[in-house]
Amino acid sequence: MRPALEGLKSAVEGGLPGVTLQLEGSVLMVEAKDVPRVCRFLKDTPAYEMDYLANLTAIDYPPDTLEVVYHLCSMRQKHGPVALRVKLPRANPVIASVTPIWRGAEFQEREVYDLFGVIFEGHPDLRRILMWEGFKGHPMRKDYVPEDQDAPDERA
Amino acid sequence: MTEPLLDTQLLEVNLGPQHPSTHGVFRMQALLDGETIVKLKPVMGYLHRNHEQLGEGMTYIASFPFTDRLDYFCAMTNNLGLALAIEQLAGGIEVPERAQYIRVIMSELTRLVNHTAVIGFLLNDMGAFGTPLLYAFREREKILDLFEMASGSRMMCNYIRPGGVREDVPEGFLERASRIVAEYPRFLDEFEALLTQNEIIRQRAQHVGVLSKELAINASITGPMLRASGVDYDIRKVDGYGIYPRFAFRIPLGTVGDVYDRYYVRILEMRESVAILQQALKEIPPGPSISPKGLQLVKSPRTFRPPKGAEAYGRIESPKGELGFFLASDGSPQPYRYHVRAPSFINLTVLEDLCLGHKVADVIIILGSIDIVMGEVDR
Repeated sequence: MRPALEGLKSAVEGGLPGVTLQLEGSVLMVEAKDVPRVCRFLKDTPAYEMDYLANLTAIDYPPDTLEVVYHLCSMRQKHGPVALRVKLPRANPVIASVTPIWRGAEFQEREVYDLFGVIFEGHPDLRRILMWEGFKGHPMRKDYVPEDQDAPDERA
Repeated sequence: MTEPLLDTQLLEVNLGPQHPSTHGVFRMQALLDGETIVKLKPVMGYLHRNHEQLGEGMTYIASFPFTDRLDYFCAMTNNLGLALAIEQLAGGIEVPERAQYIRVIMSELTRLVNHTAVIGFLLNDMGAFGTPLLYAFREREKILDLFEMASGSRMMCNYIRPGGVREDVPEGFLERASRIVAEYPRFLDEFEALLTQNEIIRQRAQHVGVLSKELAINASITGPMLRASGVDYDIRKVDGYGIYPRFAFRIPLGTVGDVYDRYYVRILEMRESVAILQQALKEIPPGPSISPKGLQLVKSPRTFRPPKGAEAYGRIESPKGELGFFLASDGSPQPYRYHVRAPSFINLTVLEDLCLGHKVADVIIILGSIDIVMGEVDR
């Protein structure tokens, strides 16, 4: 069961003055600066109790935008998922980490950092997780050019 | 406090990456005080092949064989997760009754395969070399034969499709499956007689790697590991996808959240799977195994162009936890974004919390009780 998004939108806007959400299809667009407040509100409000961050990922929309996507659920009330999206400037994608709110974000934010290059401020241990240390670039960005496997090895 | 007689220092040790108890190529950097774990950092990515980027370079249907290789113990449920996400993205594709039943049968057989194998491995990690694992693999092999009958492959099944399944099960499949399912409780009894009350297992597993309810929820833990900590959350019940609401089954819960509970919850889940299978095998109706719309999608994958901006998050209760597929479309025949929410990757988040203060030997069984498959962790 998914909670009604209009109701959720007005509850968030009513509870947090100065925050506005945009409803686009089945997605709630949140402004980057509001993310920690909105997340904490959704987690702590008894009507929603979004205690479970099911999924966190990103989408690359070159040339200008990168979006971070959150899917939130409530384990206690057994509803969800609700999708939140945040637009970030592609040249400088910085957003507050939600790891202090949900530990479950720890590895998922590291993965998004690794593959998309999004910086999560306040993350306890933001390192690459799937690619190796010293790897250059972010392979899930649309303009990433994979290394030519057949090219002669320059080190040889 | 007295001064120690000898100078001691912390020792950094690498467990893995190539080690039989790490269940694949997985490394743990551990900081030890004597035998006790002070710090532990998992290192992964050795099997990373950017599954998601591959998926974005091909049609939706073409990803199915690749999903087999995520959690290579559970190809059928991986296929089902992607099929549900595609059905959702298409705005609903009808699935014929018979296909719904086949999906449930395959999913629950997969759960039996996975839980049987993981308990075998766990016992191996505890030092019961070989014997329990071979018992487990003997039973697993019977079910893999069934998968081979239906799909042509033991493990890389590539069988479930949006709108149904690739083809109907062959003649004799249902009878053979019924026989195997009917015999399964006997195997479980035998297995349990050897293990559940076993003094050594209790000594090794009880109160080791305790995961509290609060941390389990907060850290997005799912699957048997979550339920062993006493949280009643099973997506088969919560979302009721497919035809699961038709079957009577219970959700076994643990009380302590230790390695022993994680072992025992899996045993109980297998008994519930057997109950679901018995109902499904009895009630399965004749009929088509894929709907016309699904067949069209499978036959000509490039005609499937979801509208620009459409997105879907399909999730199922895989044997390891919540397996989610996130798809976003830009109106082309290929997904603009294809993301896999892998349960065993996220379940590893709490590995360090579970291991702190325990001995090195406990790390091995804690890792075993999380149930990871590197194909899915690294993607």
